[in-house]
Amino acid sequence: MVDLFTGLVVALSTWLFGVEPSAWLAHLIGIIVAILVVTLPLLIAVAMSVYADRKIWAAMQMRRGPNVVGPFGLLQSFADGLKLFLKETIVPAGANKGIFLLAPMITFTLALIGWAVIPWDENMAIANINVGVLYLFAISSLGVYGIIMSGWASNSRYAFLGALRSSAQMVSYEVSIGFIIVTVLLCVGSLNLTDIVNKQKELLELGVPFGFVFTPLFPMFVVFFISALAETNRPPFDLPEAEAELVAGYQVEYSSMAFALFFLGEYANILLMCAMTSLLFFGGWLPPIDWAPLYWIPGPLWLILKICFFFFVFAWVKAAVPRYRYDQLMRLGWKVFLPLSLAWVFLTAGTLVLFDWLPA
Amino acid sequence: MIESLCFYLFAAITVLSGFMVIASRNPVHSVLFLILAFFNSAGLFVLLGAEFLAMILVIVYVGAVAVLFLFVVMMLDIDFVELRQGFLQYLPMGALIGLILVVELMMVFGGWVLAPEMTAVVASATPDIAETENTRALGQLIYTDYVFLFQCAGMVLLTAMIGAIVLTHRQRPGVKRQNISKQVRRRRDEAYELVDIKPGQGV
Repeated sequence: MVDLFTGLVVALSTWLFGVEPSAWLAHLIGIIVAILVVTLPLLIAVAMSVYADRKIWAAMQMRRGPNVVGPFGLLQSFADGLKLFLKETIVPAGANKGIFLLAPMITFTLALIGWAVIPWDENMAIANINVGVLYLFAISSLGVYGIIMSGWASNSRYAFLGALRSSAQMVSYEVSIGFIIVTVLLCVGSLNLTDIVNKQKELLELGVPFGFVFTPLFPMFVVFFISALAETNRPPFDLPEAEAELVAGYQVEYSSMAFALFFLGEYANILLMCAMTSLLFFGGWLPPIDWAPLYWIPGPLWLILKICFFFFVFAWVKAAVPRYRYDQLMRLGWKVFLPLSLAWVFLTAGTLVLFDWLPA
Repeated sequence: MIESLCFYLFAAITVLSGFMVIASRNPVHSVLFLILAFFNSAGLFVLLGAEFLAMILVIVYVGAVAVLFLFVVMMLDIDFVELRQGFLQYLPMGALIGLILVVELMMVFGGWVLAPEMTAVVASATPDIAETENTRALGQLIYTDYVFLFQCAGMVLLTAMIGAIVLTHRQRPGVKRQNISKQVRRRRDEAYELVDIKPGQGV
């Protein structure tokens, strides 16, 4: 992707100004353009996903949802954003000011930098790195800092309780996410996201639709999706911000843009988790089945469709499932998911070694 | 040029935040600076081409260990004045330990220069970086060549974990616990009974 834009920059510059720019300058501009090409649509997608979330939620409760600003209420998120932008940022009196303001920035930045390794098509990632999955895992495990810092720096009981809940919850569910990633990696033999999707192409050619999801890895997909819900603090695992007991948890003291950054970061994280699910289990940019006309639809579109589908399921779960109790949440993470995913790692590794299917 | 620029940036921030870990007055700030130091060390690993180590450093240390540190430090009620009092008293001991560490490090790195044939012996097990990516090389070393040692390390950790659980676990009587299998096994006929009450008689 960067090479593509670097080439474009060189071509454009020679055509417009008649000078070929130096290699590193063209490369730098290429990187910046690639980042903008991913990030700007992403930010709009985040704004629209907030709207979609509210609409889906409303439809499932037989309400109308936002329908005033713009046609069908499409501009609702932008109106909310503008409102938040114009409001005053209030820093509580006893707050630790630096950390208080740093926390939402960290949340938002981490939610965006994860997208650097998402491959939108063959050779279409900003950074196609060898350890792409680990990078995504590392970024998602860092997300806890925004929350724990905001909770502590707010100097408020509600925020602190929310932050404690959240960090315990995210650390717990990360463990099983890690094991699920290991099972997928065992089958692929590489940590590169592009390699993972290409391995699923072999499955498509064998007649398995989508990818790893309809193989014996199916239980891992279910566990991964539920863990993703917990990792992004979405209902039914939204205990960190349980409004009935903690008002809004870690974000209770935040106002205006600081709050908006938390909000946007949360939704960008959800989209990132949806993208991760699509890449690991649903064949990323590949069409659902190996049928030539389906390949005419460009790869990024398939990935976006899959992300939208999983986002719909996220919203669906939010509307349909009541909130977990905290001890039940911990029980699910440590006593159900962890043994299950660990057993699946053993099973997968054993099967691969037994039949000598280990990828080279 | 950009590599060396990045190196100096990461290294400077690592050293500076390492200093701030011991210098800052607020323990929570200390832990946050520690996290910054971890993060920049991960950057240094990336510059070395050890991307796997970098990611593992971020996942394990920043994502899990430091969260627990932060957790504990935030929960503790620390008296800063009391914390500062013993500083001069412990200074000679700390300086001694630091000195020993520095000497040991110098011995290790000096070995590379003074006895190059020794490093050749050590390096023989390492596959060529140009041929294998470092994830694969590490896997080969840890899980194939030295799998026995790795298992031993795992056993030591398991023993420590079991020890910690045994030492801290206590059965408190009189605490209501949810027994999920018992709840699921409950049937209708054991959950309630129908009582036929005649009018005017009561139960």
